[in-house]
Amino acid sequence: MASSHQASGIQAGRLSSQDIVDNFGDLHPAYDAHEASVAADRCYFCYDAPCMTACPTSIDIPQFIREIQTGNPEAAARTILDQNILGGMCARVCPTETLCEEVCVRETAEGKPVEIGRLQRYATDALMAKGGHPFARAASTGKRVAVVGAGPAGLSAAHRLAMLGHEVVVHEVKGKSGGLNEFGIAAYKSTNDFAAREVSWLMQIGGISVKHGDGLGAGLTLDALKADFDAVFLSIGLAGVNALRAPGENKDGSRDAVEFIAELRQATDLSTLAVGRNVVVIGGGMTAVDAAVQSKLLGAENVTIAYRRGQDAMGASRFEQDLATSKGVKLMFNVMPVAVHGEGAASEIELEYTSIVDGKVSGTGETLRLAADQVFKAIGQTLEGQPEGLVLEARKIKVNDTGRTSVAEVWAGGDCASGGEDLTVTAVAEGRDAAMDIHSSLMG
Amino acid sequence: MADLTSEFLGIKSPNPFWLASAPPTDKEYNVRRAFEAGWGGVVWKTLGSEGPPVVNVNGPRYGAIFGADRRLLGLNNIELITDRPLEVNLEEITRVKKDYPDRAIIVSLMVPCEEQAWKDILPKVEATGADGIELNFGCPHGMAERGMGSAVGQVPEYIQMVTEWCKKYYSKPVIVKLTPNITDIRQPARAAKNGGADAVSLINTINSIVSVDLDIMAPNPTIGDKGTHGGYCGPAVKPIAMNMVAEIARDPQTHGLPISAIGGVTNWRDAAEFISLGAGNVQVCTAAMTYGFKVVEEMISGLSQWMDEKGHASIADFMGQAVPNVTDWQYLNLNYVAKAVINQDDCISCGRCFAACEDTSHQAIAMSEDRVFTVKDDECVACNLCVSVCPVENCITMEQVAPGQLDERTGEVVSEDYANWTTHPNNPSATAAE
Ligand SMILES: Cc1cc2nc3c(=O)[nH]c(=O)nc-3n(C[C@H](O)[C@H](O)[C@H](O)COP(=O)(O)OP(=O)(O)OC[C@H]3O[C@@H](n4cnc5c(N)ncnc54)[C@H](O)[C@@H]3O)c2cc1C
Ligand SMILES: Cc1cc2nc3c(=O)[nH]c(=O)nc-3n(C[C@H](O)[C@H](O)[C@H](O)COP(=O)(O)O)c2cc1C
Ligand code: SF4
Ligand code: SF4
Ligand code: SF4
Repeated sequence: MASSHQASGIQAGRLSSQDIVDNFGDLHPAYDAHEASVAADRCYFCYDAPCMTACPTSIDIPQFIREIQTGNPEAAARTILDQNILGGMCARVCPTETLCEEVCVRETAEGKPVEIGRLQRYATDALMAKGGHPFARAASTGKRVAVVGAGPAGLSAAHRLAMLGHEVVVHEVKGKSGGLNEFGIAAYKSTNDFAAREVSWLMQIGGISVKHGDGLGAGLTLDALKADFDAVFLSIGLAGVNALRAPGENKDGSRDAVEFIAELRQATDLSTLAVGRNVVVIGGGMTAVDAAVQSKLLGAENVTIAYRRGQDAMGASRFEQDLATSKGVKLMFNVMPVAVHGEGAASEIELEYTSIVDGKVSGTGETLRLAADQVFKAIGQTLEGQPEGLVLEARKIKVNDTGRTSVAEVWAGGDCASGGEDLTVTAVAEGRDAAMDIHSSLMG
Repeated sequence: MADLTSEFLGIKSPNPFWLASAPPTDKEYNVRRAFEAGWGGVVWKTLGSEGPPVVNVNGPRYGAIFGADRRLLGLNNIELITDRPLEVNLEEITRVKKDYPDRAIIVSLMVPCEEQAWKDILPKVEATGADGIELNFGCPHGMAERGMGSAVGQVPEYIQMVTEWCKKYYSKPVIVKLTPNITDIRQPARAAKNGGADAVSLINTINSIVSVDLDIMAPNPTIGDKGTHGGYCGPAVKPIAMNMVAEIARDPQTHGLPISAIGGVTNWRDAAEFISLGAGNVQVCTAAMTYGFKVVEEMISGLSQWMDEKGHASIADFMGQAVPNVTDWQYLNLNYVAKAVINQDDCISCGRCFAACEDTSHQAIAMSEDRVFTVKDDECVACNLCVSVCPVENCITMEQVAPGQLDERTGEVVSEDYANWTTHPNNPSATAAE
């Protein structure tokens, strides 16, 4: 038997392989046909449906649910994919409780929305299981577009551009496409290698080539791209991370949450992944929750999220918070890190209580210490590696409604661009809309 | 506690809920269990003449249509009358009646349209001790092709003739079960009455094709690669049955003829509605076939609760109470004006009322930017479509515009006078109001 919950330090194999497999099963398991028809029957086919307005990609939700209801999940999938080519991933990762399902009239009526996300998954799974690709390319336009970054925004733009007949070259600095779908999203939201399967399904449209290991700043320049292509779409996400600025934050055992999650997502056998006995996650967003929950699922004994503001200010939705507590994660509010202690490696974290004065966080002077052999920093990602010469806004590339940057022939979308929440679905919407605008400007 | 005891044609049963002649009443085993479950009576599955019984198909007999969540709304069947020998059925009826003297047992019959056939079978039925007979003039499939069932029920002269034979050779009550597969239900009802029937029961099933199998291109249920029309029943047929019951109840020629109502009775409310339209009791088939015999418990408790609330001591207290209020369209008061009113607290902003009214009615509902839906009194004709499509019960109500108030749509003050189409100036054959 490998290490247990109680083994100190950062250890692999705290749980049996089987327990780990079970723990990382689907968060929202797929519907079977019966469940889907019961769920679909609940939709009222609202006029100018509020759910549809709340979806960043404006999927015609009443329409696709009606298609499921009438026994046609593949037609439903086409309705979804017309608007959102990553409808399969979005069905798994969208915080529906703050998007479509939050405004579903059956949430108003009974406090129980139509489960739009799971129905969306049912439809898209059905179509993907059939194999083949539902879209065809238009005749070649002879135009060439460069996309930088193969995350949701880049993939969405590339697919739409290819469909419209343009030739697309995607430059991705990593060895694999998918962006945070592949490296960031919690493992229990994207099981069975779904991110990679979806990318290869998407690529079936044709007309897209991907150059892996090819990054802006890593040999590639915007000027060169502009010279080579008719238009450029930047979708480089947020490659940097914020620093804690607390003494000891670089001790062994203390690291960025996104890096830990990326490692977790790429591990072929999760039981070989090491995790602390006492884990403290600093932050209050989705990344913090994902790092905490997955630590717990790997067998950490005590996992605490330490957030510097109150519960209502937390970026993670109430659903995500409840998910964390249901897995045994402890949520602490109004505490901020002041130091990581330990002989060499981290063993304790010192937190200071905070109060919010005029919207600003300030320490009260009172502190406490928590055992911490592992500290994850999840205090936000930042734009990094963007080309010179682009106007920024709130530390992101400034864009208009259709993704145009301050530089002619250059568009941007997704997390790296201003406006919209940092969500997969928003990235898809922005990629699609920029593609449409690129198309009209190239063809106009 | 309300008294649910029913006395129909002098036949007593502890409640007005009888099982209709159909598979639930096909044999002793079922009927005993039905009585144990609380059913007031049964109409035994239709018997045919002596000799080799009919045969049923050996493939699917039923087709269905569903509402949300696969709630069965309509059932269709291609079953025939009993496929068990006459003697077996008669012996079983005798035994069960002996053991359940307080429950009603009616024997349903369908034999050829010849006097001798009836003369042969009726004494045997009489000998069972059953409380009465029901003449099945209704089955729309299988038997009609053999000159029985609805083939008789569609010809008033035959109904009268067979009823007369039955009254001649049988001493107990004779109920004539009517087929709805005709244009005017009053004709067969009058014929039954003229033949001496003690009561009519209705409806039997309605000719139907419930669905088509689009892979093999044949109606459901399919037997191999073919299907046939069947008989439709269940909640979906209740409105049709209620109209027919009411037509008979208010026809001067049949008014007062006892009616056993059948068709879609699924809960206490359905029963209360049929009884208010003049039925003396109700018969149930599909609800039992969908949920089992236990459904009768809710029918009993619900009816009794409602009767208590309304102060009805017995079934007779409210029987036929709605009949005087069933009238013809031309007598409806054209000076009665109403408007739809949306209760904003109950509204969930689905917009269905808006879509319905805007696209298909009178453009009388306004929708604001933030999805508040309100009725435009100057456009609303009170058609009730919004009420019908709103998913929240009682969220939209129809409120009368009191006489003396302004009807914003017509710009006229609502008159307190009663005025109907017969006196309306637009009616070419109007007679001047007196
Ligand atoms: C841990 C975590 C969990 C999350 N969970 C959810 C969730 O459950 N639901 C949800 O909706 N959203 C979630 N998000 C947010 C979501 O993942 C992002 O909003 C989304 O992936 C943004 O897409 P993007 O295409 O803009 O960027 P990314 O997905 O970050 O993709 C950017 C791509 O560009 C590449 N790249 C970066 N720099 C360069 C360069 N210089 N040259 C070339 N290529 C480059 C990167 O390698 C990457 O492939 C989560 C984020 C994190 C970090
Ligand atoms: C499978 C089946 C078989 C039936 N067989 C008979 C029958 O033998 N004799 C008869 O008079 N009615 C028969 N009926 C009609 C029912 O007695 C009843 O009139 C009809 O189903 C309407 O009532 P419901 O809506 O409660 O089902 C049958 C109905 C069904 C569903
Ligand atoms: S709001 Fe809910 S009920 Fe209305 S269309 Fe959307 S999913 Fe259906
Ligand atoms: S209901 Fe009973 S008899 Fe009929 S098909 Fe099903 S199992 Fe067979
Ligand atoms: S149909 Fe009913 S619930 Fe829906 S918007 Fe209209 S009034 Fe409101």
